[in-house]
Amino acid sequence: MKSILKPLLTIAAMALGMTAAATLPAYALVELNVNKGNVEPLPIAITDFQGGDALGAEISGIVSADLKRSGLFAPIDKSAFIEKISSPDATPRFDDWKVINAQALVTGSVTKEADGRIRAQYRLWDTFAGQQMSGEQFFANDANQRRVAHIIADAIYERLTGEKGYFDTRVVFIDESGAKNARKKRLAIMDQDGANVRYLSNGKSIVLTPRFSPNRQEITYMSYESGQPKVYLLQIETGQRELVGNFPGMTFAPRFSPDGQKVIMSLLRDDGNSNIFAMDLRSRSTTRLTNSTAIDTSPSYSPDGSQVVFTSDRGGRAQIYVMGADGSGQTRISFGDGVYSTPVWSPRGDLIAFTKQTGGEFQIGVMKTDGSGERILSSGFQQEGPTWAPNGRVLMFFRDSAGGPKLISVDLTGRNEQSIPTANFASDPAWSPLLE
Amino acid sequence: MSRIARLTTNPVMIALVAMLAITGCASKKTPNSAADLGLNGAGAATPGSAQDFTVNIGDRIFFDTDSSSIRADAQTTLSRQAQWLNQYKQYAIVVEGHADERGTREYNLALGARRAAATRDFLVARGVSASRLKTISYGKERPVAVCDDISCWSQNRRAVTTLGGGAGS
Repeated sequence: MKSILKPLLTIAAMALGMTAAATLPAYALVELNVNKGNVEPLPIAITDFQGGDALGAEISGIVSADLKRSGLFAPIDKSAFIEKISSPDATPRFDDWKVINAQALVTGSVTKEADGRIRAQYRLWDTFAGQQMSGEQFFANDANQRRVAHIIADAIYERLTGEKGYFDTRVVFIDESGAKNARKKRLAIMDQDGANVRYLSNGKSIVLTPRFSPNRQEITYMSYESGQPKVYLLQIETGQRELVGNFPGMTFAPRFSPDGQKVIMSLLRDDGNSNIFAMDLRSRSTTRLTNSTAIDTSPSYSPDGSQVVFTSDRGGRAQIYVMGADGSGQTRISFGDGVYSTPVWSPRGDLIAFTKQTGGEFQIGVMKTDGSGERILSSGFQQEGPTWAPNGRVLMFFRDSAGGPKLISVDLTGRNEQSIPTANFASDPAWSPLLE
Repeated sequence: MSRIARLTTNPVMIALVAMLAITGCASKKTPNSAADLGLNGAGAATPGSAQDFTVNIGDRIFFDTDSSSIRADAQTTLSRQAQWLNQYKQYAIVVEGHADERGTREYNLALGARRAAATRDFLVARGVSASRLKTISYGKERPVAVCDDISCWSQNRRAVTTLGGGAGS
């Protein structure tokens, strides 16, 4: 298999010197406050990067699209621009940008180096303070043009919000095609904005629920390829596959531990119930975490690895429970009216996302880790399976409508919902960590 | 979910659901009955053949929402199945458990497995050798009826007894 996720070996970041005289510590213009009622998107002017023929406009277009989809930025239409940037290094005429209410301005350039690499640089300007906020340059090989743009978008997002970005990431998902009663399901991977789709399985067997390793180019997923559904590991770069454990029955609902050393999953018992096990990938030893005559599934570790959240119907209907990573202290935390499943611990540790079924609807929501403070972010006829962006501010899930599932993202305000473009139907998204 | 469960256990609603299933959107296109499968109806199948099992005995049972209890109508079907399977012992048997789409994917894999196990256990209790029986769950990944309402969901909440370890629906 072709190398897909090879780290951007040639990308090197370098701060660009401040051209403006002011060296005041620049302040964040926009505050990310999820408790605030209404975050007004920040008007930002993103000019076409100079040079590189069409490449400059393409890169600024990707940056602009990333920032816009976050819901926190409102890129200003280029036709409103007054100053034509001729040198991305020169101090812009701030008045020209203030008058169109551009509170931030991005200039940049892209050039081809003699060795074939591309060099991209950007500067971020605070138009009202009249100063440069940040500037960096990156080198990348040709195949990584889109990544350069995502990295620049992440840098701008971080500088302006104080939060890590999430644009230089990928999503692994299930590509679905064909009639509903004969769906072909393939493992697939793409950039978080839907670009660069690659297929990782051929569709001959049902594959489900892929999840990213936190620190390797590896995913764990479930496949019917041996007849019995089982959990596997897949090395994304080499295509090498491996069965996880040697259990008699079905294994399913896998997920990595935060250190990448364990896979936690459900194992079917002979009596038809399902319990949760963790398997150490080095020693291959397995640990039983639950032992109930119930369905215990969808386990997800807290980011420090000390706790696990999971779904169980031990109380009658499916609800969310938390336990220690050794299985101790199993405690129910969801008490709302409805059925709760697919809990996923936020990478920030503060929230648990879930699917809730109530009143004939499927909802995507978040609650605090003790079950309090439940907030519903999205409701629909059929939707499920949230996954967190690595900064813990955005969720992606899948929604069934018009004949099949599609991927949707929503931020923690619940107001910024975006469709992720995919060629076919798509389900089971799992967000990667930030790429390195 | 519990509302649907209550509805479908009401006899009047069962009749209505059955009517919907006949007139419903997708059932015409989905092979659910012997006639749909191009079989020639009762009596045509050779006794002891897989066709005999499907046509004259009935290869599937249905469940209430989010339940793996074997209903009274299903017990009748499974008792017939057990009798037939005890007569024709040459077949290995795979029981497939399925769920409707009104649940999340991972939970429904577990629910389908529970339904398959409950079906297996019933057959074993009726004398079918456990060594002949395997189970597999397809969760909600293999619906036979594909509309978005109760008439389809009730057909998809099923366990299918397949012979020869072969593929089933």
